[in-house]
Amino acid sequence: MEYILNPWPWYITGPLIALVMALLLYFGKTFGMSSNLKTLCTIGGAGKFSDFFKFKWKDQIWNLMVVLGAIIGGFIATQYLSNDVATDLNPETISELQQMGFKNAGATLVPNEIFSLETLTSKSLLLLIIGGLLVGFGTRYAGGCTSGHAITGLSSLQKPSLIAVIGFFIGGLIMTNLLLPLIF
Amino acid sequence: MKFFKFLLVGIFFGIVLVKSEAVSWYRIYEMFRFQSFHMYGIIGTAIATGILFIQISKKGYIKSIKGKDIIVPKKDNGLIRYIVGGTIFGFGWALIGACPGPMYILLGTGVFSMLIVIAAALLGTFIYGILKDKLPH
Repeated sequence: MEYILNPWPWYITGPLIALVMALLLYFGKTFGMSSNLKTLCTIGGAGKFSDFFKFKWKDQIWNLMVVLGAIIGGFIATQYLSNDVATDLNPETISELQQMGFKNAGATLVPNEIFSLETLTSKSLLLLIIGGLLVGFGTRYAGGCTSGHAITGLSSLQKPSLIAVIGFFIGGLIMTNLLLPLIF
Repeated sequence: MKFFKFLLVGIFFGIVLVKSEAVSWYRIYEMFRFQSFHMYGIIGTAIATGILFIQISKKGYIKSIKGKDIIVPKKDNGLIRYIVGGTIFGFGWALIGACPGPMYILLGTGVFSMLIVIAAALLGTFIYGILKDKLPH
């Protein structure tokens, strides 16, 4: 039981993520989480503003079911399959984050300094909104996210996906190494 | 219930991503600081397993549930959209520590402020749809 409740090692979870991709391909679909944002825009009536959103969204209900499942899976994993063990971060990471004002790095999945609704500041609200905008805009511009490009695209040896993943890392490295120290 | 299997896949996906800690903001930070192998191990083994699966299915050993060939949709050729769009996404990924899958999963774990992120991501997607024809691809 302890094996289940403790965090699972990367060499188990990596292949299990590939299994998610494999199952969806086996069912005749494809692994891509960011497409759901487009589908939700279409359901909300975005087709009135751009032809980009004019498509048969009912063909994407299966993917919305994956989203619904992912939410439930997140709930099950934290409620029933976890203990309170902290994320085993590099001590260097923890002390670095402490200097930036993040207390208890690794005790929760996300830092309260950004995500806590009780202590929400105008700064953290702004960061959540900007982060969401960048993710929503960037994934659609790039035509996929970590699941569509990094996992599915690279597994099928596609060059566009390699370029996209290089982009993911350019953006991520700049944000984490240059911008986050300025923000915090 | 033809959709039920997708719900199950989603539940499995959510559990795996929480248990792998790939939904942790701190793990993403650590990855982009090159301070841990953890995330590279996850992504690397996922891709290696994925390559294996797709190569085996290409040889015809694995068929889809309907008995057809396994098909991975081809991405359009291009450069600017992938590098620029990818970089913009990378900014957001490192800032909020979540890509579109973990956004929903974290909501399930009780991080309700993710609703703000998801709403903003919907707006970002909408803005792309409006500007699409004016952007270089």
